Amino acid sequence: MRALVMFLAFLPGAASAQALAPYVIEHGEIRASLTGKAGDPARGRAIVGERQKGLCLLCHSGPFPEERFQGDLAPTLNGVGARMSEGEIRLRMVDGGKVNPQTIMPAYYRVDGLTRVAPALRGKPVLNAQEIEDVVAYLLTLKDGGAPGRMK
Amino acid sequence: MARRRSRRPGSMWRSTLLACLALGAASAVAQDARKSGFAYMGPDTQAMQKDDLANPGMLSALDGEALWNAPAGASGKSCASCHGDATASMKGVAARYPAYEATHNAPVDLAGRINLCREGNQQAPALPRESREAIGLATYIGQQSRGLSIAPPDDPRLTPFHEQGKALYTQRMGQLNFSCAQCHDENAGGHLGAAPIPQAHPTGYPLYRLEWQATGSLQRRFRNCMAGVRAEPYSYGSPEFIALELYLMDRAKGMAVETPAVRP
Ligand code: HEC
Ligand code: HEC
Repeated sequence: MRALVMFLAFLPGAASAQALAPYVIEHGEIRASLTGKAGDPARGRAIVGERQKGLCLLCHSGPFPEERFQGDLAPTLNGVGARMSEGEIRLRMVDGGKVNPQTIMPAYYRVDGLTRVAPALRGKPVLNAQEIEDVVAYLLTLKDGGAPGRMK
Repeated sequence: MARRRSRRPGSMWRSTLLACLALGAASAVAQDARKSGFAYMGPDTQAMQKDDLANPGMLSALDGEALWNAPAGASGKSCASCHGDATASMKGVAARYPAYEATHNAPVDLAGRINLCREGNQQAPALPRESREAIGLATYIGQQSRGLSIAPPDDPRLTPFHEQGKALYTQRMGQLNFSCAQCHDENAGGHLGAAPIPQAHPTGYPLYRLEWQATGSLQRRFRNCMAGVRAEPYSYGSPEFIALELYLMDRAKGMAVETPAVRP
């Protein structure tokens, strides 16, 4: 039995795959934290602001005066913590396609149903559960500014 | 997703106005919303493309001109030995590639066509894709179509490959799960960070890209976009890329060839 588990772990893909934390979607929300704990808003801000990691500012704008170039393909993140509940934001981060199948926003916590993912990234979500929670905690602090809806 | 409007109506009007002035035909613009990537560039990059003395892509065209006239391979023949003066014989050729190649039962792109001549007629080794020589010859041949309209062959044998290209263009891919169409049809004119998203017309290739510090092919551009969405890019000269190229050329039918263009 133990040998079998070891073997499975070395199947192609399985080696790099991280098991995603299970979650439940109810009424357009994922209410429970993916880690069982609250995230850290300061770390969340760093992820959102960092181009290679969060990529958020490629499409969104937000309260980042130090970032000169922010995208205009999506609604501003300003005020998102007032517009949406924690569970709605978490669902948006995990897999926005569950809300709007046509969305261009990448699913940050999904590994299945994707095509031709670069080999080094197969089986890996864009952000891990802790990072998702950090971003959710940060977005909840964005209570004011910005008209709701699309910026573009 | 519903088509969204740019929130920069001012700049959109300005560029539309400029395009009208450039063509001197406002009605043509009203009918054709297609714009070359040139229209999305800043004035400095546009000026660099327009001035042959400043356009670094012209150096690749010169490389190509030298190769055109240089004997190569066991045949001892140059391209010119068979095709004569490229300014006459190659006029319009790049504007109608990829074209169907009966010996392959499939379309070949211009780079593939050049290598068929290298191997078959010159009896010389194929030029590696993206090598200085391959890009040089394709740029020189492309330059002979400058200003001419893209005119894909009306060849029913190409239809299934066109369909394959269209399917690839609308296929979501990569860890970020985007299709070409989601950026270049639905969000063209928007900004991905600092970069304006162009409509993905193949009008300028091979072209000099400041970011590459080199002249490169349309397929190099495809590979960049695929890497951007964290997808595994197809390889140079692959059937997938030739099909995509074919689809984009059909989509850009009637637009003017700019080779060698300049892009940021
Ligand atoms: C490639 C584009 C893109 C990227 C990258 C992106 N988003 Fe989005 N996002 C969108 C779009 C478009 C919407 C609008 C909703 C839709 O498409 O259904 C959206 C919606 C949202 C919403 C809901 C806002 C509202 O008012 O409805 C939140 C919250 C959000 N994004 C957060 C983020 C965060 C945080 C990141 C980075 C970790 C991010 N997004 C990265 C495109 C993007
Ligand atoms: C996430 C957005 C995005 C996706 C998806 C995308 N592209 Fe692009 N593409 C861009 C941007 C932005 C540019 C402008 C160049 C730059 O600044 O990187 C560009 C440039 C291009 C150009 C150059 C146009 C010119 O004028 O030179 C072509 C051609 C192109 N893309 C084709 C494709 C194809 C084919 C696909 C799918 C395989 C694709 N793109 C997927 C964003 C994207």
